[in-house]
Amino acid sequence: MDLFDFKDGREGYYGEYGGTFLPEILHTTIEELTVAFRNAKEDPSFWQEFIQLLQSYSGRPTPITHLENLSEKLGGAQIYLKREDLNHTGSHKINNVMGQGLLVKRMGKKRVIAETGAGQHGYATATMAAKFGFESKIYMGAVDVARQRPNVFWMENMGSEVVAVTDGQQTLKDAINECLRDWVTNMDNTHYVLGTACGPHPFPEMVSWFQSVIGREAREQMLDVTGQLPSKIFACVGGGSNAIGLFQGFMEDTDVQLIGCEAGGFGPGKGNHAARLAYKDASVGVAQGMKTYFLQNDDGNMLETHSVAAGLDYIGVNPILVHLWEQERVRFEAVTDIEVTEALKMTMRSEGIIPALESSHAFAQAIKEAPSMEKDEIILINTSGRGDKDIFTIADAIGDDHWKRFISQKAAEYES
Amino acid sequence: MNLNSYIEERKRALANSDRTALIMTHVVCGYPSFEDNWKELEIMAEYGVDLVELQFPFSEPSADGPLFVKANQEAIANGVNVEDCFAFMEKVSSHFPFKVIMMGYYNTVFKTGHGTFLERLKAAGGVGFILPDLPVEEAGELHQIANQLDLAPIVLMTPTNSDERLIRLAEAADGFIYTVARKGVTGSNTEMNQEVGGFIERCKTVTSLPLAVGFGVSNKYDIDFIGEHADIAVIGTAALKAWESSRESGLREFFNQLLN
Ligand SMILES: Cc1ncc(COP(=O)(O)O)c(C=O)c1O
Repeated sequence: MDLFDFKDGREGYYGEYGGTFLPEILHTTIEELTVAFRNAKEDPSFWQEFIQLLQSYSGRPTPITHLENLSEKLGGAQIYLKREDLNHTGSHKINNVMGQGLLVKRMGKKRVIAETGAGQHGYATATMAAKFGFESKIYMGAVDVARQRPNVFWMENMGSEVVAVTDGQQTLKDAINECLRDWVTNMDNTHYVLGTACGPHPFPEMVSWFQSVIGREAREQMLDVTGQLPSKIFACVGGGSNAIGLFQGFMEDTDVQLIGCEAGGFGPGKGNHAARLAYKDASVGVAQGMKTYFLQNDDGNMLETHSVAAGLDYIGVNPILVHLWEQERVRFEAVTDIEVTEALKMTMRSEGIIPALESSHAFAQAIKEAPSMEKDEIILINTSGRGDKDIFTIADAIGDDHWKRFISQKAAEYES
Repeated sequence: MNLNSYIEERKRALANSDRTALIMTHVVCGYPSFEDNWKELEIMAEYGVDLVELQFPFSEPSADGPLFVKANQEAIANGVNVEDCFAFMEKVSSHFPFKVIMMGYYNTVFKTGHGTFLERLKAAGGVGFILPDLPVEEAGELHQIANQLDLAPIVLMTPTNSDERLIRLAEAADGFIYTVARKGVTGSNTEMNQEVGGFIERCKTVTSLPLAVGFGVSNKYDIDFIGEHADIAVIGTAALKAWESSRESGLREFFNQLLN
């Protein structure tokens, strides 16, 4: 199944979803981007350059790791991880960012802007901008700035300007709106480095293409190490880039179940979560450049979202994944904040690995399903990022007194 | 009377007056309140405004600048919904002499349903609609229904469009063309200069529809400039700013300097 073999007049559509819904002022810009992307995609030397860059700069290929202790403890399937957390900057976001960076160089633009939720995409973009010598501005919801300060710190120190967005819910979607406003003003010299497989065409296709490096590596590695394909693959879904990146490697392997794990937050009910497909609170709409499922009310205004993970509390979802969900190729499940924290604790204790809160959603669902699977079956989880960045949130969730005391002391030092 | 004939009529009236351009103003439904909207509209009618855009608030107004973003958000926070906007539009269009156009984002229309939305727009006395985030490629069905209902789909032309693209846009348009004077979002001022003039002239080569010019229109010079090159001056943020600064007196003062 070639997801990107569009029918005539339906470029950028995956079933009913996707498309390009942008103000007319960006028409030329998005057309230029589409052409530049097509040329790059058809040029084998571009992909080669991309892979070499990721090898030398980000440590690719990332390994797979067998979680022997956790598998044993759960008593079912053997659990393996794809270690995107071991990338430079600590998440899969760098794959997409380096790809777009190379494209920006080709297009001859000198300035990049990006939205960021958890801060991982902003962090990766700041890194790329520093390396390539681009001017950069990162838009981040004020709520996210408050909960992901360590990432803001690194972005600023790498020379990016970080703007705290105070409109709307002050999270990812509002940062995207600000990026669009910047882009309609500065498109001549500026590229918008969208961080997930959402937004107007060609972004979903482009981000998926760069992230497909995860799935290509993973399939080969799994066959090498285990001699078989996994029965189930779990990935968390915010916008849906790490998930589509891994899933693409297994698209033709119809026996491999693909499971997208969304933010269940406090559980079902409008405003409590960010599960667009697993719960029944979302419907089809058109916003932020694309047609897809959105958490919205009957008037088409977006609902509040909630998740313990800043990178998952997005109102919309990758239109490619929606199409695959309708075709029953991808199953969607939601995991609550409490389940996520428990899964994270269990993983740290049993394996010495700290997945990001986002990635921990995939762990939590895998932990639920592993015990009822056979011992010779295999589960693969995408560890989309590492949890170090979440130290403040995790310390709160765990209620760690030593950490609290340390922070108070530090604060007192700064006060004096 | 449909939008095309109305504009023709107003243009004839304009020729016999000392005004240089037709005027279209903008109000965000329910911001600061529907009562305030009504007072603003009374003043606009007093100054002989020809057209009014009623913006239906949307939670993601990504083509708007800070003041309208705030207006959209606060209107929604105050509970303004699509139902309220149509009810208000009906009151406005039956009371005032100017014609009313719906302005908003496509999701509002999409969620309500193309047919239902346009029928309600027609019933509320609207004569057209402006949806800045709906590209013409995606507008086929909606424009067809609009055509059947004699509602004008207003299309935007922008300085970044190629000539080829402008032709495509002209084919899809009716009523008038909304030409966007510059890059960026609504709000900040535009210097009405040769570049803007050149762009408007480029639009004229592809369409015979009347041309409205918007984004950053704020003073008498702008109006005269637009009158010279085009037909309709669009007053957006500047009027809301005037209202925010000192309500009735602020808005009257604004129109005084703008039109006299
Ligand atoms: C570590 C990590 N995983 C996952 C996500 C969610 O994004 P996506 O669904 O595009 O992979 C984020 C987003 O910020 C992230 O930082």
